[in-house]
Amino acid sequence: MPVLMDNGAGRAAPRPAPGGTAASPRRGWWTSRRRDQLAGLLFVTPQLVGTALFVLLPLGLVVWYSLHEWNVLADTFDFVGTDNYRELVDDPKLPGVLRSTLFFSVGLVVFNLALALLLAVLLNQRLRGTVVFRTLFFSPVVVSLVAWTIVWGFLLQDNGGVNGVAGAVGLDGPNWLRGEWTALLSVIVVQVVKNVGLNMVLFLAALQGVPAELYEAARVEGASRWTQFRRITVPLISPTILLTSIITVVGALQVFAQIAVLTQGGPGTSTTVLVYYLYQQAFQFHQFGYGSTLSVLLFLIVLTLTVVQWRMRRKWVFHEQ
Amino acid sequence: MNNRLPLRARVGIYGLICLLAIPFVFPTWWMVTSSFKPVSDIFAFPPSLIPTELSFSAYRRVFELQPFAQQYLNSAYIAAVVTVGTLAVSSLAGYAFARIRFRGQHALFLVVLVGLLIPSEVTIVPLFQMFNSVGLIDTHWPLILVPTLGAPSVLATFIMRQFFITLPGELEEAARVDGLGRLATFWRIALPLARPALGAVAIFTFLHSWNLYLEPIVFLSTPEKFTLPQALTQFVDAYGGPMWDVQLSAASMTALPVLVVFVIAQRQFIEGLAHTGLKG
Repeated sequence: MPVLMDNGAGRAAPRPAPGGTAASPRRGWWTSRRRDQLAGLLFVTPQLVGTALFVLLPLGLVVWYSLHEWNVLADTFDFVGTDNYRELVDDPKLPGVLRSTLFFSVGLVVFNLALALLLAVLLNQRLRGTVVFRTLFFSPVVVSLVAWTIVWGFLLQDNGGVNGVAGAVGLDGPNWLRGEWTALLSVIVVQVVKNVGLNMVLFLAALQGVPAELYEAARVEGASRWTQFRRITVPLISPTILLTSIITVVGALQVFAQIAVLTQGGPGTSTTVLVYYLYQQAFQFHQFGYGSTLSVLLFLIVLTLTVVQWRMRRKWVFHEQ
Repeated sequence: MNNRLPLRARVGIYGLICLLAIPFVFPTWWMVTSSFKPVSDIFAFPPSLIPTELSFSAYRRVFELQPFAQQYLNSAYIAAVVTVGTLAVSSLAGYAFARIRFRGQHALFLVVLVGLLIPSEVTIVPLFQMFNSVGLIDTHWPLILVPTLGAPSVLATFIMRQFFITLPGELEEAARVDGLGRLATFWRIALPLARPALGAVAIFTFLHSWNLYLEPIVFLSTPEKFTLPQALTQFVDAYGGPMWDVQLSAASMTALPVLVVFVIAQRQFIEGLAHTGLKG
């Protein structure tokens, strides 16, 4: 791939001939506009080829595969039309999977955005030492995801650190990863703490862009801090709220490693989110056809949510450039 | 602006921040300290925050049980190649979409943006099949090619484009009048100005590749080719139960170097991410 880039780049910029003739656009057919046309196309070629090969082609294939009964082990690949989609509707496990996906995603997004905003507001008070705390809150973002998950798995064992601390203050903690609701809650918390620093930093940057005069004026009018927050802060940072919520919603639907390491989707299907179910069907049960159908479902959900959120921006995003 | 907060409020805020910081700091602390504890002390009650005696046996076993050095190298070189490749692909494309006027520009940009809507999990089955049919399963190629050219690099291209748009164009105009070609203008003028965006993209890309888990477990099957996240989960006993001390040692070795780099360069890290393109 570096070779490809060299070729493209080399041809994109013919060395100007001595005397600067290449800079004069008048000469004949090889005008500066034609050169720009070629340069533009060559510059975007690697990205375009990559998108075609690794995004669009697989997307087409996944739809095609979803119309087939395809068991890798048995080496069968038969066109079955919409049978897989009918199986999808009748799949007794799917309602549970979708419910887990819903609870997980909603819990994650709400918890993540609320905590990110709270931390950003706290750190925006310009007290001493906030840079240190900002670093601390951001640090899990750079800790290897699986390493982070393993430590939490260790802490959440029945006799692990979390219950050890709970026991020290006289509480009897549950076996977190073995109960349906506590397992779901655990996966959400582990993921939020891992990534909330990213949203916190984006919120912090947005908060610093809110003009101080507005608060000054509101104080003169006698508005409480809560009113100031609701009427000034939230509207002014609403573009960032929109951006972070889109990123977080889509991110929530992609969570895989945490679940594979912490709970393997259990107990029952309480933490089997759609991506994990897709992985199980395709790569553990070798049902590539049905796995593809689940992929199409995942794609449609992501697409719908993104479009809906984008549409909603006019309603509640205060202003946009 | 809020320097005049009353003392009581300030103490309250500090208290709240410290309390909230516990789940962010404690796990990493616990991971590192526990990795030095003898197995018998790992689940000791009451838990000890500092190991009473240092034991390195778990660290030795990490390297005995898995080709861990090799796996470390795999993760590091894959992440490095993907980062450099993504920087090249995304800065070229981002520059062209932002600065060069060419026919088909808008249509092509829309095509590329589709990549933002398609999580790589959606395409994992066909990608497996595609790489399988050209015999590249159980090689590092899928882990390098897909992130560098596929959906993850689209986000990078988008960030680079947003950044190049905000750059003042005069310098480049001047360079062009002086007879500099497109590539030279890009390389000598625009790219040096784009350093903050390049830094943010590099950090994002490196962490993304370093953290990849679904792709390695789908594409790789021999331990010598495993990446770190995949290797970490392989330290299990005969019954499939995790060997905690060994896992925590391996996890510490995976997490700490990146963490140290981050702490040293935290300002560039955080502010680069906050002020680049992503601001919406």
